[in-house]
Amino acid sequence: MQNSNKIYSINGAIIKVKDTKDFFMLEKVFVGQKQLIGEVIAVNENETTIQVYESTAGLKPGEEVLGSGMAMSVTLGPGLVSNIFDGIQRPLKALNSVYGATILPGSKVKVLDEDKLWNVSVKVKVGQTLTPGQIYAVCSETQLIEHRLMVPPNISGIVVSCAASGLHKLLDVIVILEDENGKQHELTLCQQWPIRVPRPTKQRLELNMPLITGQRVIDSLFPIAKGGVAAVPGGFGTGKTMTQHQLAKWAEADLIVYVGCGERGNEMTQVLKEFGSLIDPKSQRPLTERTILIANTSNMPVAAREASIYTGVAIAEYYRDMGYDVAMMADSTSRWAEALREISASLEEMPAEEGFPAYLPSRLSQFYERAGRYKTLGGMEGSISIIGAVSPQGSDFSEPVTQNTKRFVRCFWALSKSLAYGRHYPAIDWNMSYTEYIEDLRLWFESNLGSEFLQFRQEVLNILQDETKWLEIVKLIGSDVLPDEQKLTLEIAKIIRVGFLQQNAYHKIDTYVPLKKQMLMMGIILNLYNKCKNVLKSGALFTDILGTGIFEVVTKLKYDIANDDLKKFEDYNKLIETKLMVLNN
Amino acid sequence: MSFEYLGLKEINGPLVVLEGALNIAFEEMVELKLEDGSVKAGRVVYLDDEKAIIQVFEGTYGLSLTNTKTICSGRPLTLPVSEEILGRVFSGSGKAIDGLGEICAEKYLDINGAPLNPVARTYPRDFIQTGISAIDALSTIIRGQKLPIFSGSGMQHNKLAVQIVNQASVKNSSNDFCIVFAAMGVKNDVATFFKRSFQESGVANNVVMFLNLSNDPIVERILTPRCALTAAEYLAYEKGKHVLVILTDMTAYAEALREFSSSKGEIPGRKGYPGYLYSDLASIYERAGIIEGLEGSVTQIPILTMPNDDITHPVPDLTGYITEGQIVLDRNLDQKGIYPPVSILPSLSRLMKDGIGEGFTRWDHSVLANQLFSSYAKAQDARSLASVIGEEELSALDKKYLNFGNMLETEFIGQLASENRTIEETLDLGWKLLKMFSKEELDRVDEETFNRIYGLKN
Repeated sequence: MQNSNKIYSINGAIIKVKDTKDFFMLEKVFVGQKQLIGEVIAVNENETTIQVYESTAGLKPGEEVLGSGMAMSVTLGPGLVSNIFDGIQRPLKALNSVYGATILPGSKVKVLDEDKLWNVSVKVKVGQTLTPGQIYAVCSETQLIEHRLMVPPNISGIVVSCAASGLHKLLDVIVILEDENGKQHELTLCQQWPIRVPRPTKQRLELNMPLITGQRVIDSLFPIAKGGVAAVPGGFGTGKTMTQHQLAKWAEADLIVYVGCGERGNEMTQVLKEFGSLIDPKSQRPLTERTILIANTSNMPVAAREASIYTGVAIAEYYRDMGYDVAMMADSTSRWAEALREISASLEEMPAEEGFPAYLPSRLSQFYERAGRYKTLGGMEGSISIIGAVSPQGSDFSEPVTQNTKRFVRCFWALSKSLAYGRHYPAIDWNMSYTEYIEDLRLWFESNLGSEFLQFRQEVLNILQDETKWLEIVKLIGSDVLPDEQKLTLEIAKIIRVGFLQQNAYHKIDTYVPLKKQMLMMGIILNLYNKCKNVLKSGALFTDILGTGIFEVVTKLKYDIANDDLKKFEDYNKLIETKLMVLNN
Repeated sequence: MSFEYLGLKEINGPLVVLEGALNIAFEEMVELKLEDGSVKAGRVVYLDDEKAIIQVFEGTYGLSLTNTKTICSGRPLTLPVSEEILGRVFSGSGKAIDGLGEICAEKYLDINGAPLNPVARTYPRDFIQTGISAIDALSTIIRGQKLPIFSGSGMQHNKLAVQIVNQASVKNSSNDFCIVFAAMGVKNDVATFFKRSFQESGVANNVVMFLNLSNDPIVERILTPRCALTAAEYLAYEKGKHVLVILTDMTAYAEALREFSSSKGEIPGRKGYPGYLYSDLASIYERAGIIEGLEGSVTQIPILTMPNDDITHPVPDLTGYITEGQIVLDRNLDQKGIYPPVSILPSLSRLMKDGIGEGFTRWDHSVLANQLFSSYAKAQDARSLASVIGEEELSALDKKYLNFGNMLETEFIGQLASENRTIEETLDLGWKLLKMFSKEELDRVDEETFNRIYGLKN
């Protein structure tokens, strides 16, 4: 029997209970009359510290705190996809219809719709032995996602009874398992999993496939692998969110988990609206059918912001275990780190750099390490790729969150203010960005696109490097004094920047570009470069080449060649030939 | 039922400690009654079984450990509202200070509001015409947006704010704006300037003012924007009005927060500001928007002065991360006598892309905006080159850009404080300036647009 535990002190989101041994670490608790949701974050002999995920205004000392007997968990089951949740997995649409437009403390609704009927087909028979991760039933969650119901990781046994295939509700018992101790486990359509514990897998696999995003600067220059981690740091106005949205829309993953962590309310509204109307190019279905949104906007309670990242990754792991490639976007991890800082400060912990707690790096690495490609318990292959936005204070990349993130990610897409000011989008700075996945992906690129792809990539990077070098000189003495060959390099670099790296998210052709076309585009620019070099060698002047207008044509070809009309590239190659031929003579 | 407690345990800056208080709630409002009959308001900021820490709004002057009676109200800080608030002037904590008496309240609203469910929001798309070219064409304000003005001491942000207030209108909407004006830590002259300007332009009856001047207590300053936004939300969501909220100066607000935080002994973050500055600012800025199914809207134009014109200072920096863009004023343009001195490259409106174009402003708006940005960025490059090698040495093209940059600043950005340009005038003016470039130099303009704009004339 539990004694009644009373609130002793209240300080913002942190409350304390004195003299109790009833709670365990990370237990979910209900606080006060309104039954606010909280989590135990420290326990000692004298007092138990609880962080509350809702506003504590109006709470009084002496109100009761109830334990739930289980850790802070997510509910996993059909109905997650296409839905939008807050940081502690309360469904926002349901909250809106029950409580209205504002989120008041103490609001409670069921995570998943318990009345909806799912067409379940049961995959096991009585007498069969099931091990953790094994699929016992499937149902179609959306047209794009087949929801595979798996035996929870800590349960195994023999099927002693199972329901017939057909329509079932969320809490209907589908299978009863008897484990070796004779204990029976009822498996329904849903299960719980603690958010801070990674779901177990059989084996970590090597990364060997790129996560294709249709964004040229990413796929061609700084690709990320399926199961990889990337960071997108950038000051405000550089297009972090825009980049994240583009990736969420076009990345070739089976499922997208988009976590809006401490960001703007209107942005989430936009995502909701836009994803409902956008069509996935592969499946011709609305993008919402493969998207799960977690929205804990900046004005929602800060403790729930801290939890939102874990809620997101726990859900991602669940779908990974079904054998899907999941991509998770976290926008922004800096807000999450700031939530850590706020909570740490109200616990009066000793701060490290800039007031951030000393455990910031370890928390960051624990989070990013949940990405990867795995062999699941059920024997399938699945992956989670994590793309985290970072919002450095004062656009200064030397601040603690950016620096610590850099240590744990292998792909770094630095957004630059000066590119954004010149409206060069995506504003990914080629001089500061890097990827470590090239070697992992070499084989894939070579067998799917030929050896040219990586060669082109390197040449393009070299030209951009040269440009940076020559521009230093131009800044000092003007461009007129450069030799023709360097002028040509500058001009080609300009074509790469404007005609290749800049990508218009609002243009129907340009918003998503298949890898093959990206390669052909690089190819044609490099072809132009080599041809022009030859022409220069044969004595023509740079201004003559400029006069042919060929540069403008190549710059604009991104809009002129449709994504499925790649034969047209041949015409352009011929055009280059003919235009330059004149000068050769 | 309310409780009264006699005496205090401790007084420290704006904080007092009350001992042995029972039945008191977190963030509850209390009144501190002095022996001489004067009353100060306060709020509970820390609570445990033995003591309550109370933050006193009007300063702790005159309080002693024995002369004070504390009365608990049993509710959080609320603002009395009714439609009568239009045309009235209040203190930072919502008390009427214009001598016209208390408000006859229709209801009392919690000034902290509650976070809006993102599902319940309507994505803002209606273009607000301010009549200012630099804003309308290049960082368009959308109804329901929060778009701050980043300024510096001595620049003309107040004049600009007044011009926006006077000229703001939405096409095909008869419903005019009403204005909620919150002054935080501004000089008396500034408050007078706004008051006078509102009276002169005849909008005074449509304005609610919340004034916390620079010599008023800092704790009250923390409440000022919250009171103002509560009034704005009431007018918008319950009375169906479109509300434009001007908050000035957010830097003073953040400094008040810092002062208060350090008196509570909290661990400071960057530049001494508390670690929760981002969340705190967000709890203000996020209270802009439109609720689905409701008539009204809240549009916010916060003004902040960047200390030392430094955009990386924590206050503008964190603000930029929360708000949907920013309008940045530039000291150099201001020195050149260009009004409004809007620096167009760092200025940005995030909601612009969905609120312009066919059906909102004009079909060619986004192409023009892109081209102006691009050409002006090149003009800046030419300028920095000219400062190294001299204007004479520039190539003909660079000279052209230089010329364009100057023309854009004087003719397009610069205008009179009373000049109200329609969006069509603004866009036409932009194309007129771009005419000096050849077709190839207009790299953001596609063939079709080019022909449609210049076709007949060429």
